[in-house]
Amino acid sequence: MPKSHEVNRRDFVMVVTALIGSVIGAVIGLPAIGYLIAPAFQAKKSEAWIPLGPLANYPEGVPTLFSFVRSKVNGWDKTANSYGIYVIRGPGDQVKAFSNICTHLICRVTWKDEDKEFHCPCHSGVFNVDGQVVSGPPPRPMDTYQVKVENGNISIFFQGA
Amino acid sequence: MYEKISTWLDERLGLRTIYSTVLDRKVPKVNWWFTLGSASLFLFVMQAVTGIMLTIYYVPSPDHAYDSIQYIMNGVTFGWLIRGIHHWGATLMVLVVFIHMLRTFFFGSYKFPRELTWLTGVVLLLATLGMGFTGYLLPWNQKAYWATTVGTSIAGTVPFLGGFIGKVLRGGSDLSAVTLARFFSVHIWWLPVVIGGAIGVHLYMVIRLGISNIPSEEE
Repeated sequence: MPKSHEVNRRDFVMVVTALIGSVIGAVIGLPAIGYLIAPAFQAKKSEAWIPLGPLANYPEGVPTLFSFVRSKVNGWDKTANSYGIYVIRGPGDQVKAFSNICTHLICRVTWKDEDKEFHCPCHSGVFNVDGQVVSGPPPRPMDTYQVKVENGNISIFFQGA
Repeated sequence: MYEKISTWLDERLGLRTIYSTVLDRKVPKVNWWFTLGSASLFLFVMQAVTGIMLTIYYVPSPDHAYDSIQYIMNGVTFGWLIRGIHHWGATLMVLVVFIHMLRTFFFGSYKFPRELTWLTGVVLLLATLGMGFTGYLLPWNQKAYWATTVGTSIAGTVPFLGGFIGKVLRGGSDLSAVTLARFFSVHIWWLPVVIGGAIGVHLYMVIRLGISNIPSEEE
C-alpha cells in the first residue's frame, strides 16, 4: 500500500459499508435481544390470602391436601395453575402449611399415611411430617406458607409461583 | 496473525476463490437501477429474519392469532418494531422486486444468454406476491379476513377449475381455521423454500453470465 494520507476509494467504500452495516445490525440486533427475552421479565407476582376453610376440616396430626386453582395471564393467554397445600394441624390451633411442590425438581409430593412420610414420585425424594428431608435428592426441606387462623378459619399467604 | 489464520482457513475452505468469484467479478459501467437485485436480496433476508422472530410469539389459530399479535404490539419489548419492519418490508419488497423486473425488461437484460435468469425471476416475482397474499391473512383481523375472502373468490372465477381452486386455497368452502393454518404454512415454509432455491439459481446465473450492459444507441 502506498504511504499516503489520502484514503483510496476502495478503502473508503469498505469502511462506509462496514459502518452502515454495523449501524443497521445494532438497530435491529439490540432490540431483537430485548424482544426475545421480554416475557421472562413480565411475570407479575400475585399475592393473596387463600382461605382453606374451617379448622374442623383438618384432622389433627394428619397432613391433609387442600387444592386450589389460580389463573395468571401469560402473554395473550390466561393459564389456570393448580396448587396443592398440605395442612397439618398440630396440638390445639397450631397449623402448618406445606407446599406439595418437591424442592428437587418441582414434581408433586404425596402423603403416604402408612409410612408417615411424603413421597415424591419422580426421583424418590422423601420428607417427614415436619417437611424435613429423610432421603433422596431434595436440597432443602419442603416450602412452607405463612398461616393465619381467624374465627376458626385457616388462610395462607400465597405469593405466586 | 490475521494473515496466518486466513491462509490456514483458505487452504481448507477456498474462501478467497469464492470471494473473488462472487464479489470481485467484472461488471460493465452501470447505474443505480442495477442495485435493485441486491436490494431485493437484502429485503428478503430482512423479511426472513424478522419473520422468524415473529414466529416466537405468533400463533396461527383463530382463537389466538389476533391476541398474539396484540401481545407482540403492546406486550413484548420492541415487538412493534419487529412487526413494523416485517409489515413495511413486505410492501417495499413487492415494490423493489417489481421495479427490478421493469429495469430488466426496459434494458433488454432478459435476452440471450440470460433467458433462464428471467424465468427464475418470474418465479421469484410470483412467489413474492404469494408471500404478500398469504401473509395478509395472518393478523386475522377484519381487513385480513375480508381481503382473503375476496382474494380466494377471485381465484374462484377461473373458468371450469375456479370452484376447485377456491376450495383448495381455503381448505374447504369457508374461510376457517384450516385456511389460516395452511396460509401460515405456505407463508413460512413452502414459499420461503421456493424463493430461497430460486434465488440460488438466479444468483448462480448472474455470477456465471455477468450482468448486461446498458443498451447504447449504436446497437
